[in-house]
Amino acid sequence: MDFSSLYVKEGRAISKAKGALLVAESIPGIQFNEIVDVQLGSGEIRSGQAIDISEEATIVEVFGGVSEVDLIGSKIRCKGETLKLPVSIDILGRIFNGIGTPIDGGPALIPEAYLDINGEPVNPALRQPPAEFIETGMSPIDGLNALVRGQKLPIFSGSGLPHNRIVAQIIRQATVKGTEERFALVFAAIGISYDDASFFMRNLERTGALERTVAFINTASDPVIERISTPRLALTAAEYLAWQQDMHVLVILTDMTNYCEALRELSSMREEIPSRRGYPGYMYTDLATMYERAGRIFDKEGSVTIMPILTMPDDDITHPIPDLTGYITEGQIVLSRNLERKGIYPPIDVFLSLSRMMKEGIGPGKTREDHNNVFMQSYAAYAEGCYLREISTIIGAEALADRDRVYLANAEEFERKFIAQGEHEKRTIEDTLDIAWGLFSALPEEDLKLIKEEFIKKYLPKHRNQE
Amino acid sequence: MGKIWRVSGPLVIADEMKGSQVYEVVEIGAEGLVGEIVGLEGNRAVIQAHEDTLGLRVGEVVRGTGRVLSAELGPGLVGSIYDGLQKSLLAMGENMGPFIKRGAKAAALPRDKKWQFTPQVKVGDTVSQGDIIGVVPETALIEHRIMVPAGIKGTIKEIRQGDYTVEEPIAWISQNGDVKELTLMQEWPVRKPRAYKQRFDPSGLLTTGMRILDYMFPLALGGKASIPGGFGTGKTVALQQLARWAQTHLNIYVGCGERGNEMADVLSSFRELKDPNTGRLLQEKEIFIANTSNMPVVARESSIFVGITMAEYFRDMGYDVLVVADSTSRWAEAMREMSGRLEEMPGEEGFPSYMGSRLSSFYERAGMVECVGSPVRKGSVTVAGAVSPPGADFSEPVTQNTLRIIDALYALDVSLANKRHFPTINWLTSYSLYVEAVKDWWNEHDPGWEDTRASALKALQQEAELEEIVRLVGPEALPEGDKLLLLVTRMIREDFLQQSAYHEVDTYCVPAKAGLMLKTIMKFYELAQEALSSGAGIESIRSSPIVYRISRMKDIPNEGFEQRASELWTEMEQGLVTDKRSS
Repeated sequence: MDFSSLYVKEGRAISKAKGALLVAESIPGIQFNEIVDVQLGSGEIRSGQAIDISEEATIVEVFGGVSEVDLIGSKIRCKGETLKLPVSIDILGRIFNGIGTPIDGGPALIPEAYLDINGEPVNPALRQPPAEFIETGMSPIDGLNALVRGQKLPIFSGSGLPHNRIVAQIIRQATVKGTEERFALVFAAIGISYDDASFFMRNLERTGALERTVAFINTASDPVIERISTPRLALTAAEYLAWQQDMHVLVILTDMTNYCEALRELSSMREEIPSRRGYPGYMYTDLATMYERAGRIFDKEGSVTIMPILTMPDDDITHPIPDLTGYITEGQIVLSRNLERKGIYPPIDVFLSLSRMMKEGIGPGKTREDHNNVFMQSYAAYAEGCYLREISTIIGAEALADRDRVYLANAEEFERKFIAQGEHEKRTIEDTLDIAWGLFSALPEEDLKLIKEEFIKKYLPKHRNQE
Repeated sequence: MGKIWRVSGPLVIADEMKGSQVYEVVEIGAEGLVGEIVGLEGNRAVIQAHEDTLGLRVGEVVRGTGRVLSAELGPGLVGSIYDGLQKSLLAMGENMGPFIKRGAKAAALPRDKKWQFTPQVKVGDTVSQGDIIGVVPETALIEHRIMVPAGIKGTIKEIRQGDYTVEEPIAWISQNGDVKELTLMQEWPVRKPRAYKQRFDPSGLLTTGMRILDYMFPLALGGKASIPGGFGTGKTVALQQLARWAQTHLNIYVGCGERGNEMADVLSSFRELKDPNTGRLLQEKEIFIANTSNMPVVARESSIFVGITMAEYFRDMGYDVLVVADSTSRWAEAMREMSGRLEEMPGEEGFPSYMGSRLSSFYERAGMVECVGSPVRKGSVTVAGAVSPPGADFSEPVTQNTLRIIDALYALDVSLANKRHFPTINWLTSYSLYVEAVKDWWNEHDPGWEDTRASALKALQQEAELEEIVRLVGPEALPEGDKLLLLVTRMIREDFLQQSAYHEVDTYCVPAKAGLMLKTIMKFYELAQEALSSGAGIESIRSSPIVYRISRMKDIPNEGFEQRASELWTEMEQGLVTDKRSS
């Protein structure tokens, strides 16, 4: 290194302060994206990041905003560091804020290493395809949209829908069959209300999961700019636990909509050319650099599974936030307001939901031999029922043929028995599949075209009882 | 040698750069990050950095290399996995573990591996650009033909036979008194199309094993196609299927700004799957470029051009090559980001106004050509690019700019995906302008193709019209003839167009089987119409065991399908609704 990291440089001539940005004279030796201290006239010190450096000027983004910054008394100090998270195994059980400072009143960490919060891209040639089924105990997820280790599967929700309860249930129930491996949870609250954050924390405490959890909390009242670093800190912690401590890590990021709003706010402050709906054109890449940190690696024990939660503005799945997310993640769990109104919990829309990694994680030895067939047949039968429901609203159920009425009734049953379940009900994958078989009993047997005959003989209740 | 004047994301401006050229490759800072000059202004050079610029300082050195971004071409390409700058990812993995460090270097072609070279010319022969001087058996499927690089012409002074690395000389050519050394390897600037003697129209079917492509919307050798689709419509699976089963000599899969886990999935499947014709592992005829979405943005552009340059190189050997690029939208976004940093005047939705011409400069490198050099040979490059339109809205600029260039559109449909109809290629909005180009091929293999195809498409069109009526009056209120039509189009959709990428037999369907399958359904329609007019009810036709038998045709292996189909036909002709008449 040409420059000692202990060497502190100072810049005084600040010419502009607006939003979260400070424009100052050129500071020799400052690094691109370096973390600097901004000392206010009052003596208060805030962190900032150099986002544009040149021989003419240095532009610094100030964490916490530029309120109370004066152009004469303020100073910028560089330490030659980029944003890093101090890590050690003791981060488990701790709570941090959005820039990685402990806020739980506990002792300071003795770090084992300082990790760059942007991480390093995983070499795609050394990734291991995810293939281990995670049993969440919820039928619409396990049966139809199975989650596997190393996957990134978001929940697309809407305001007022019970995404928090669903995630809390997944956290309580998720297990991987037949393993006693080390499991950790990383929780990042990004711009959510204090109540929502404390709902999660209480939940973790009650289930005793807190001691294997690392939490990063940025509530709605905390500085907007820290929403950019909060998920990155969480993922850095997750990567440390997965790749250096051989743990299986589930990362919950909530609510990514707030993250994207923060990104937009900063982008407009930087006077960048906006793309759709004012969001910056690089939002896809920005989100991808975070979500892509999920995965498995050859010769490494651990894994990083990411479950981001986002609320779709106006329930619109084509809005840039869910849209770009869907292009990056390996599927999505979509919540439906219609099902919610019908009183169905969890209100998971099985048509819009999808898990791209499912086929790798299910089948003999992983779940059960009939899983894929049951999935396809349930899906087809429910789709048919919903199509007929739509038609019958116009022409009336009486005008339908007998066969069609069976399917219509079956769709209702499917929602009440298969999709719906108790908030504290944990179904094994066998339970889930057997519920589906129970529903198949009502259908004409020759219609079960998508299921192999041997499975029909083996699992259809009618044949089972004969044995 | 210059020094950094400004850093802003992937944009670096360097001072004291007099004497540089546009598109020259530079090395930035102490770590030697790769960058490319995109503009010059007095002493200053505007550079796009292909690697993350975190930690760079004003005043650090910038070194010019004097060369433009080039691809290494020679034995060792096939089966390799590269990043967007053609660095070998496997070599990098061996050297530095599973994470990619900045400034990491890894040569594209292995330097220590020896290849067995057999000359095909002799001392005293006169050779010039493009002439094949010998061959190297690269894999069991690819014979690597060593060609004379551009700019060399003369007589062979010496040529060797035996095992050589890509850097050792294998031939000496005297050219105007000079002696030039030839090695197995050459370089080519990626942004510059390679020369050809003459260009032909695309012709001949590029067999993909996907029924809806081969039979309904065929792709011709040397053609260019686009696959736009919203998220979850199976773009990546469709492209993977193309790269797996296309009956070309070599396929190049460019993963540009897409998912790492999917790339891992592709790579592991190609290590296991076998080519249906030769029985050899697919990776023996495949090159991968993996620039996932978390890898440097600017390298998305180079990944596309590196891919097409390698394709042209193999085309010049006389091969048919397919390039699939997933996804060109991510490349366009990288262009937009760079353009924004350069403070250029934005075009539609912030994309630069030159996006259309950049896209064409990629797609236009597809084609069927007569290659330069002797012996006389033909080769082709076919391109299929995915587009990821935001909100599945095809009116957005990338899709629209692409549609101006391509001649085959496979439009993926979100509503089909929600119905789990895969592949989700919409039969009403997709098109192929290569129907004429492949007519001769089909007529030779399956006379009657044109008629069967046309009548099936017509029936599907009628179905779409009937669907609207059904929504108003219900399916039971339709006349019997229309009910039959709906039954038959449902069979076309579910038993012919739907194809499972994960079913071991159905994943690859030879054109002969595809043709027979559709003909069987159309024959059923014909017989059912006769039965209907002679008094059989639609219910009895619907419940005919033949309907079930037709739905299982997919699972019958390609070999022996003809036999099974002819049994089915005999049965059909004996009576569709025998059960009705006997009961």
